[in-house]
Amino acid sequence: MSVSANGDTPTLEVQDLVMHFRTGNGIVAKGATVHAVDGVSFSIAPGELLGLVGESGSGKSTVANCAVRLLEPTSGTIKLRGRDITRLSRREMRPLRRDMHMVFQDPYSSLNPRMTCGQIVGEPLRVQKLHRGKGLDAQVSKLFDQVGLRAELRFRYPHELSGGQRQRVGLARALSVQPSLLIADEPVSALDVSVQAAILNLLRDLQKDMGFSCLFITHDLATVEYLCDRVAVMYLGKIVESAPTKEMFAAPQHPYTQALLSAAVVPDPEIQRGRSRVVLEGDIPSPISPPSGCRFRTRCPLAHESAPASEEEDPPLVEFAPGHRVACHLVRAGTPAPALVDASELRA
Amino acid sequence: MSLLDVRDLSVRFDTDDGTVHAVDRLSFTLEEREVLGVVGESGCGKSVSAMSLLQLLPETAHVTGSAQFDGLDLIAAPTSKLRDIRGRKIAFVFQEPMTSLNPSFRIGNQLGEVLQRHLGLSKKAARKRSIELLDLVRIPAPERRINEYPHQLSGGMRQRVMIAIALACDPAILIADEPTTALDVTIQAGILDLMRDIRERLGTAIVLITHNLGVVADIADRVIVMYAGRKVEEAPVRELYAHPQHPYTIGLLGAIPRPGAADEQGRLREIPGRVPSLSELPLACAFAPRCPRADEVTRSQVPELAEVRPSHLVACFHPGRNGDRP
Repeated sequence: MSVSANGDTPTLEVQDLVMHFRTGNGIVAKGATVHAVDGVSFSIAPGELLGLVGESGSGKSTVANCAVRLLEPTSGTIKLRGRDITRLSRREMRPLRRDMHMVFQDPYSSLNPRMTCGQIVGEPLRVQKLHRGKGLDAQVSKLFDQVGLRAELRFRYPHELSGGQRQRVGLARALSVQPSLLIADEPVSALDVSVQAAILNLLRDLQKDMGFSCLFITHDLATVEYLCDRVAVMYLGKIVESAPTKEMFAAPQHPYTQALLSAAVVPDPEIQRGRSRVVLEGDIPSPISPPSGCRFRTRCPLAHESAPASEEEDPPLVEFAPGHRVACHLVRAGTPAPALVDASELRA
Repeated sequence: MSLLDVRDLSVRFDTDDGTVHAVDRLSFTLEEREVLGVVGESGCGKSVSAMSLLQLLPETAHVTGSAQFDGLDLIAAPTSKLRDIRGRKIAFVFQEPMTSLNPSFRIGNQLGEVLQRHLGLSKKAARKRSIELLDLVRIPAPERRINEYPHQLSGGMRQRVMIAIALACDPAILIADEPTTALDVTIQAGILDLMRDIRERLGTAIVLITHNLGVVADIADRVIVMYAGRKVEEAPVRELYAHPQHPYTIGLLGAIPRPGAADEQGRLREIPGRVPSLSELPLACAFAPRCPRADEVTRSQVPELAEVRPSHLVACFHPGRNGDRP
């Protein structure tokens, strides 16, 4: 079962993805299991932008790394355009690498400092044997133009570029082979606000032109609202809510989503100071020993209302409204969760 | 009289690649119980100006100007005098709570050190006071936490410990440099509530340095916007957001994704170009190369700060929403 499905074969389909890490027999902890991702399912339709939102430690980056097979998932299946790629060998994966590419958070460490930016952008084309020689040069120049970089920057090294320019190089590299899926892991969080806007605009323009699907990973809800068609919210290795963007922001159901929306600061003192917000108690629990039952119950302001079910049983994702799924004991189809704050106050 | 009065603060660094002008003639005041937000992007000089106040910059820095606090000029004061001010009357909270705590000492030791050094408390009294302080910053089970090491705490908890250390001597001024940037939003909300609470209960004046205009909107009373080492705008918080005057401020506000921020095509407003290099002070408006309103005057003269609306200062030849004089 995937989070969304329309008629077409999804570009990416992730089913029951589980990723557990064994920690080594170190001095501090004696071999424990980190439950980084615990049964995550979703799919991305062709041309769709899915935002995967969560705080640090929620497992969102692990999902991305599993999806592109940078990590070997413990269990579950990953399908790229209908083809199961979960257990393919590195060699078998290689031709498929054309179809999905990644942009990373840190534009400083994700570019090889010993290659020129032109070489970096041309590398996927060269490895995939799509272009060579003069043709490669021409293609790289075209890509530089597409992402708004001057062509002469091809001969510069990454350290000579600003953060925003470097992230454009990262985007050009990812899109050079015209993938059907782009996975962007916090691509703008290391950048200044004014530069962020430019990169987000660029990503949006490129998506419109090229039509790729995108898994956009972020902790920033406002970015998702601007960019994505659909949102999935993760908490401690699980998706707790997913919905079309408009619906998610208009009527968030899961208490965690409500808290997240209410905690985001709005750059307007009149609005910001008039809002009530849900302050969650404590910290995100350790994924080594996640709470029994509902994983959010230790911080949930409504935990008493759903006890004892919340302590015993892990709430499944149920369809609350068409395309809107929630994993909360207090939410049934058509029955909304109690509002923690007035829905109108959640929004700027 | 203001609690802190900074006049013409300039900081330049001598580097191998020449002189870098990090801060250029910055003046501001801080009143009692006030939360002053200092906003700007990386490299605008906001952190450097704060560090220079306590002479925390390396020797390559040349600081000029004055900063009057408690009858003393902080810029000219000898280090021996500053030691009694640092951490006691003016305290710092830094961005990265992991690297600003010493990983090999227990929380209690690090808190106790401040209390013993500045207030001359005995070890026992310092411990008691440390527990009170951890309780003040709402750390649960402080008597247990005090024996833990920084790595045993989460990021939010570490930042609370940093704030507790900063508050140990009941300082008159708390300088918080990006205190919530490394934290998740739900944790950030808690830290902002805590800072508000501290100001209410202890009356501490706070200088909040941040790039996040949302955080400033939440907590600041007055805001300074910095660009390329200069103050370009200053106003009470509601005034600034309701009537931003400088094109840079207007650009920043438009660049944040939020409902209503995007233009007709659904695009965010970008600020073209990039922050200028600080290696030479331009004899012009530093924002001119990126400014849609730039003209001959802008490119040949440095705009001086002028009061365009009540208590609203802006350094721009064409201020206002549309570039017309308001």
